[in-house]
Amino acid sequence: MTEATILSWLDEVKDPEIPVVSLVDLGVIRRVQIAPDGHVSVWMTPTFSGCPAMDYMRRDVERVLCEHGVANHTVSMSLEEAWSSNDVTERGRQALREFRLSPPPPHQGIIDLDILEYAECPHCGSHNTELRSPFGPTLCRALHYCFDCRQGFEQFKPV
Amino acid sequence: MIDPKKDLLYRLADDQLILGHRNSEWNGLGPILEEDIAFSSMAQDKLGHALQLYSLLHELGEAEPDTVAFTRNAGQFHCCQLVELPIGDYAFSLMRHFLFDHAELLRFEALTASSYEPLAQVARKLKGELKYHVLHANTWIRQLGTSTDEAIEKLQAALDLTLPYALALFEKTEAEPAIIAEGIFIGEDALRQQWLENISRVLSQTALELPDVTTISPGEGGRHGVHTEFLQPLLDEMAEVFRLDPTADW
Repeated sequence: MTEATILSWLDEVKDPEIPVVSLVDLGVIRRVQIAPDGHVSVWMTPTFSGCPAMDYMRRDVERVLCEHGVANHTVSMSLEEAWSSNDVTERGRQALREFRLSPPPPHQGIIDLDILEYAECPHCGSHNTELRSPFGPTLCRALHYCFDCRQGFEQFKPV
Repeated sequence: MIDPKKDLLYRLADDQLILGHRNSEWNGLGPILEEDIAFSSMAQDKLGHALQLYSLLHELGEAEPDTVAFTRNAGQFHCCQLVELPIGDYAFSLMRHFLFDHAELLRFEALTASSYEPLAQVARKLKGELKYHVLHANTWIRQLGTSTDEAIEKLQAALDLTLPYALALFEKTEAEPAIIAEGIFIGEDALRQQWLENISRVLSQTALELPDVTTISPGEGGRHGVHTEFLQPLLDEMAEVFRLDPTADW
């Protein structure tokens, strides 16, 4: 068993509200470490600090470890390395697009109004869109509107 | 004397918890669906922020977050009076949100440089989320503050009413000199100055007028446990279920 093996198991764990993206691709799994005595530690970090799905995600990670026979483990939440939407992998972004959720635009660490308001329409690919509300059905989503295909859509917010 | 870190954390956390609860009272009552969702989302964010801050207090030896949140009485709370006032009409809640969240964004930006590293870590997380709160507030203040006479009148009345309470966001405690000297936080005076500049900039793009703050006496007391008649009923309602059986596992 290696750290890479554990990461591949954790790929089974999806975001409960966006069931197409794994926690690994979302960037929520920060680090996996196997101690010399075999103890497995997994560090996770929340996307949004008030996200009610985090407890479910942590329990899912513990369940997957147990299913693979790793009884000796610790799964902890840490803000040491705060989550940024830049941590979503390319594979994760593609899965979001296919789920018709606009992926978060990459940024240089400074999130200004241009970045907050920008979104690519996941239906037609247009950039002729408008931010309607920074708050959507979950904390991590914003509501946008596309002027080309004339549909509302949601975006995974840049943070 | 109280540990300056705990003094600051209680003020920060209690503000988040109480305003989070007030925001949640818009759930199902928002003037339009998007605003219903926005206030409910901000409520959820603020409860998350409160939990992070109460967790830091727990690490410093205070009781569990739920115990701290649900078992104290009004006199033991350190929130400012601004956050405990009833939601009023939408103009009132919007103006309170605008004045409060501008201060919070600046506060947590400054705290990212805190010498108290666990708080700096939480601040780095929270400031990204607070940007959305300020964006939301600015959008509506600009939009409604330049629209009909009725909207402008209602917002101006809300601004006149909330401003004395908002100025008390920066009420100092006995721990203030130590908080600044130890590099935990830049201090309330520095924050107040930046806040005034930022809210003035947005208000100047509207038909609203910021009253002369030098002539207003701030509605202080909250940081020292002096509250309005509205806090205790809020706490009773918030903790009603918890107090039925504090040992229950939800």
